[in-house]
Amino acid sequence: MNQFPDIYDLNAGDYVEDFVKWLTTDHMAVFDSIRDGILAFLLRMQSIISFIPWFVVIGLVFFAGWRLKGVKSGLFYTAMLLTIGFLGYWNDTLLTISVVLTAVIISLLIGIPFGILSANYKKMDNIVRPVLDAMQTMPSFVYLIPAIMLFGLGMVPAVFATTIYALPPVIRLTTLAINSVSRDMIEAAESFGPTAWQALIKVELPQAMPTIMAGVNQTTMMAMAMVVVSSMIGAKGLGYSVLIAINRTDIAMGFEAGISIVFLAIIIDRLTQSIGDRFKYEE
Amino acid sequence: MEKIRVENLTKIFGKHPHKALEELKKGKNREEIFNQTHHTVGIGGVSFSVFEGETFVIMGLSGSGKSTLIRCLNLLNKPTDGKIFVDDENILDYDKKRLRQFRQDKIAMVFQHFGLFSHRTVLENVQFGLEVKGMEKEERRTKSLEMLKAVGLEGWEDHMISALSGGMKQRVGLARALANEPEIILMDEPFSALDPLIRRDMHTELLDLQAKLRKTIIFITHDVNEAFKLGDRIAVLKDGEMVQIGTPEEILENPANEYITNFIEDIDRSRVIKAENIMRRRVLKIGRNTSAKIALEILTDSDFDHGFVTDRENNRIHGVVDADDLLRAIKEKLSIEAVMHTNFVAVREDTYVKEILEIASETKYPVAVINEQGQYVGRIQRAALLKSLV
Repeated sequence: MNQFPDIYDLNAGDYVEDFVKWLTTDHMAVFDSIRDGILAFLLRMQSIISFIPWFVVIGLVFFAGWRLKGVKSGLFYTAMLLTIGFLGYWNDTLLTISVVLTAVIISLLIGIPFGILSANYKKMDNIVRPVLDAMQTMPSFVYLIPAIMLFGLGMVPAVFATTIYALPPVIRLTTLAINSVSRDMIEAAESFGPTAWQALIKVELPQAMPTIMAGVNQTTMMAMAMVVVSSMIGAKGLGYSVLIAINRTDIAMGFEAGISIVFLAIIIDRLTQSIGDRFKYEE
Repeated sequence: MEKIRVENLTKIFGKHPHKALEELKKGKNREEIFNQTHHTVGIGGVSFSVFEGETFVIMGLSGSGKSTLIRCLNLLNKPTDGKIFVDDENILDYDKKRLRQFRQDKIAMVFQHFGLFSHRTVLENVQFGLEVKGMEKEERRTKSLEMLKAVGLEGWEDHMISALSGGMKQRVGLARALANEPEIILMDEPFSALDPLIRRDMHTELLDLQAKLRKTIIFITHDVNEAFKLGDRIAVLKDGEMVQIGTPEEILENPANEYITNFIEDIDRSRVIKAENIMRRRVLKIGRNTSAKIALEILTDSDFDHGFVTDRENNRIHGVVDADDLLRAIKEKLSIEAVMHTNFVAVREDTYVKEILEIASETKYPVAVINEQGQYVGRIQRAALLKSLV
């Protein structure tokens, strides 16, 4: 009695597999071009980042920290980056940054327009909202499945999974931001007869910017987290070192790679947050 | 000339306004409609005209529908029913593009809570309308600076809005509306968020500007004194319906009903009523060359106790005499001009009672009223002056 009855065998997986096969074979051209696009973008990003000498990177981070937050923060970030370097994870860090950046840029390119549309069209919001809810309740590992199905193993599915995982916050916060621009201001703008585009560019977006930037910060942090997870499907970088350390139960390596991830995450978080603060206006 | 004509304008808020409109047309009132259909009648069938160059004040308590009404005039609120003609075009027939043009060229609005853009500087705020129109950068800068100067904010152009006081913010709001050179300006309680002293300054400034620009202004307020101070004509709105439309004097003299009477109870009449409203047109004139004897006869035959001495040719006043003066003139064989008092008080027809009161105490004679040419047209007895205040 404690066996589940075996009367009907639901092979849902087979159907999905057929569907994915149909997608990837009959529409191979589509996925190939997406893959090529992502890959080209990623490689460009990598070559730009690895082209910059390490001391310039550290210098830039110091400068950004100093201007945005203060000298202390700048020095703090510099110390963290130097630690990562001395631990021997400089190249891995650059790889991770390039994947994160690629994923974040794609997320923003998709997410911000989507968020704006959702804010303006109630019907669209009604569809997007539950999808975002579902996306945010799903564990990050789950995103690896469609990524492998569609793109196999390697950097491209890693970027794909990371992008999908990082997308919800920027959409959500863009919608929220646009919806919470003060009624008075919208009305005032409206009374001068602007086109929808003028109202968006001249009033709504600038007013929404602080909240959108909070979304950008969250999206970046989500991407950072996901990039580590997607090392399981072939993303090189800091996450990959952690994965190896887990497999070998190599405590030393795990600690070093782990602490590097933490440092990188702190720096990215603080910098994007303070960029966001720059956009705040007093009423 | 008629600039705006509103015909039977109705605005109903709710999911199915047209259903509620039918109920309204059947003659049900606001409350019944709300209880039955849960629709709010913002304004229910309002008609009026606004003339070119006048300041038309719409006055009403909160909830009377005045903000709803003014927002219908530039279609920030879409009316449920009725017609709005501006320069004989029904703006409700406009398509999106035409409506944008209408808002860009013809009508601008000043808001109660300013509606300024906090991400822009003062100058960029004033420029907004011009940017929308697509004006060249240099041209719109010059124009906006000019407008800022006109509202007394010269030198503040590069400040952020947050650095400004309430009064200054509303000046920016006004400059922003004026920069577009609209023919019509809608003002939705523009000064109610300001403290009384600043408000008074703004009143003076608006009156000065309006004297120069002669725009068609529609001004919303809940403040009776403000309405009577600024309005060429006043419309009183109650529960979404017009109760009375008229000039300040007309409303004061003939309130349409008890509601208006209560409304205008608090008004400072001395700032509304003018000399011409209370003066008696029947006057006793004594020619300056008349002999004292004849003058005394004229005076005693009349029921006047004084007479103003005037020039027969141009009807100007030279002085005032009473019976005692004339008796003295007869006894001492003096001319009228020798005995008349020249310390009389004369005011123009459009002088407010408040100002007359301030100078009336300087004389024991009635106050003389003269027209623009300086001719004697009426007199105000002290009793009439006091009576006008209650």
